[in-house]
Amino acid sequence: MQTREIISTGNDLAAIAAVDAGCLFFAGYPITPSSEVMHTISDLLPEIGGVAIQMEDEIAGVAAAIGAGMSGVRALTATSGPGISLKAENLGLAQMTEVPLVIVNVMRGGPSTGLPTRVSQGDVRQAKNPSHGDYRSITLCAGNLAECYTEVVRAFNLADRFMQPVFVLTDETIGHMHGKAVIPTEEEVKNGIVPRKKFDGTPEDYRPYGVGSDEPAVLNPMFEGYRYHFTGLHHDSKGFPTEEIETCRKLIQRLEDKVMMHRDELEFNEEFMLDDMTGEEGEVLIIAYGSVSLSAKESIRHLRAQGIKAGLFRPITLWPSPAESIRKYTDMIKNVLCVELNIRQYTEEVERVSSRLDIQGLYKVNGRPISPYEIVNKVKEVF
Amino acid sequence: MAFNYDSYLRLEKMPTLWCWGCGDGIVLKAFIRAIEKLGWSKDEVCVVSGIGCSGRFSSYVDFNTVHTTHGRTVAFATGIKLANPTKKVICVAGDGDALAIGGNHTIHGCRRNIDMTLIVIQNFIYGLTNSQTSPTTPQGMWTVSQKAGNIDPTFDGCELAIAAGASFVGRENVTDPKKLEKLLMQAMEHRGFSYVEAMSNCHINLGRKNKMQSAMENLDWIDSITMPKKKYDALSTEEQLNLFPTGILKQNKEAREYCDMYEDIKAVHQGKRGVITQDDFAKKI
Repeated sequence: MQTREIISTGNDLAAIAAVDAGCLFFAGYPITPSSEVMHTISDLLPEIGGVAIQMEDEIAGVAAAIGAGMSGVRALTATSGPGISLKAENLGLAQMTEVPLVIVNVMRGGPSTGLPTRVSQGDVRQAKNPSHGDYRSITLCAGNLAECYTEVVRAFNLADRFMQPVFVLTDETIGHMHGKAVIPTEEEVKNGIVPRKKFDGTPEDYRPYGVGSDEPAVLNPMFEGYRYHFTGLHHDSKGFPTEEIETCRKLIQRLEDKVMMHRDELEFNEEFMLDDMTGEEGEVLIIAYGSVSLSAKESIRHLRAQGIKAGLFRPITLWPSPAESIRKYTDMIKNVLCVELNIRQYTEEVERVSSRLDIQGLYKVNGRPISPYEIVNKVKEVF
Repeated sequence: MAFNYDSYLRLEKMPTLWCWGCGDGIVLKAFIRAIEKLGWSKDEVCVVSGIGCSGRFSSYVDFNTVHTTHGRTVAFATGIKLANPTKKVICVAGDGDALAIGGNHTIHGCRRNIDMTLIVIQNFIYGLTNSQTSPTTPQGMWTVSQKAGNIDPTFDGCELAIAAGASFVGRENVTDPKKLEKLLMQAMEHRGFSYVEAMSNCHINLGRKNKMQSAMENLDWIDSITMPKKKYDALSTEEQLNLFPTGILKQNKEAREYCDMYEDIKAVHQGKRGVITQDDFAKKI
């Protein structure tokens, strides 16, 4: 892969990635610590003929982005936890109508106004189910500067593949981190764009939601002769409201199956210093994601220098969770430590998929990052 | 020859879920006639609605149609319009939709003066959810959430739209469909944000408990509280109380439209002009 080096921040990289990935529309609302995504993209988009607009509130920000997405354009919004809380209802509409959209959530301390300028991973559980009802969230989590770029690019392609909103979680640490990132060239990204599927038969034969039981809707752009209907109500194959029992059941089951039967296309992990693990006593598995994984990697170097064989499993796609991959390591390694900037939000998922209740945890919710030494000390304390 | 609505309707969706005698159908027909007279093709039009009886409007007409969440119609439409500035975007909302839960989006749509038409079907009540108080419910009327009588002050959506900066504001009522059709045509032709209030009846959920049990009684009452702007303007302030003017209440053809102004932003970033300054605008604070 052709790469380039760029010195930038996580928030700027997310904006640059969106534009490189073909995004032509941004709508959002100012919120710390994500505002720089809007600042940067509002310079980049008009230059290439796109539009970036600051709306009157968070709700309008996501609504306008979904509107642009409905019309066939790649669209982005960016916010932080309180913004997601406000956007939740309309994210449900995007799930129900199967409109692709990328949402960058630069996480800060919560709940409520919380710690606006400080780091947290408190929105992991929220990202799984921001809105009411049954649907499957796709949530990616950037663990370093380069991934603020690559995961946003991947999110755009996945949104069009699965026809639904895709979250990219970053956090205050990584969003405001300034440094060198090695990222794919613009050309590499452009060549990798997979646009959403389009129906090219006659309008009479068009059934936007009349697809296979595990397939996403095929939504043609507006204004091209395929006049159909979007609704948040349960709808039939043409998109019109219905309460017909089987149609309703099949629709919601399809929203589940279009994601869960294709988890292999979504799963993406990093396995750091795990290849020499054999299952012998004393080995330590650390599970961490996002910016915390940077500290976790450093702690592993220290632990290994002190004779403790430790390794990191880092899910990059958080939802749906990489259940089998987690289980592979939790079945093999006895000592498991989850490290999170929240209280047990992903640990509970690890417990669920591993069927183990002896998972240890290191949690921090005071708005400060976790240092490598805290992880080293925790490992020595509990194992 | 009678007007043929069929080619603009999704006939398989008929009959509508609106009650017998509901004014929503009159608005729908006036809208279709206006579109036909404007000569717009069905492919270039997008109709966006919210939640409530008026929310179903979008599903009955054969355009690109979107049924959104409660109150967010204008916000969704803003995304559609900005991404497709040459297309025609029409919003349809109820009074609760546009003035209560979605009030903020109404204000800022008007303020931006983005080119779209917001048709507010104003029936003074929450109809679909059965008779709760709306911002436009007259004080003293019975609602299911204020059975002792509504004490909430009554709100005039057109006054709001004028104050918020819409460049076209008008009102008609469904008892005069021809006038409504003409007003809708003028609003849709206008470049900028146009706000049209269509006063309509809900004899089922407003009238039944407020001594207007039939559609006709409800419509007579609407007739009694509306009068053409010219006549209204000649009245004293005391006489104007409880009355609503109809016709075009405001039109500013000079106000710059938002998509047009955004072209300036593009031009700046593309190096085709210098940055926008206060001197580019008539009003300098």
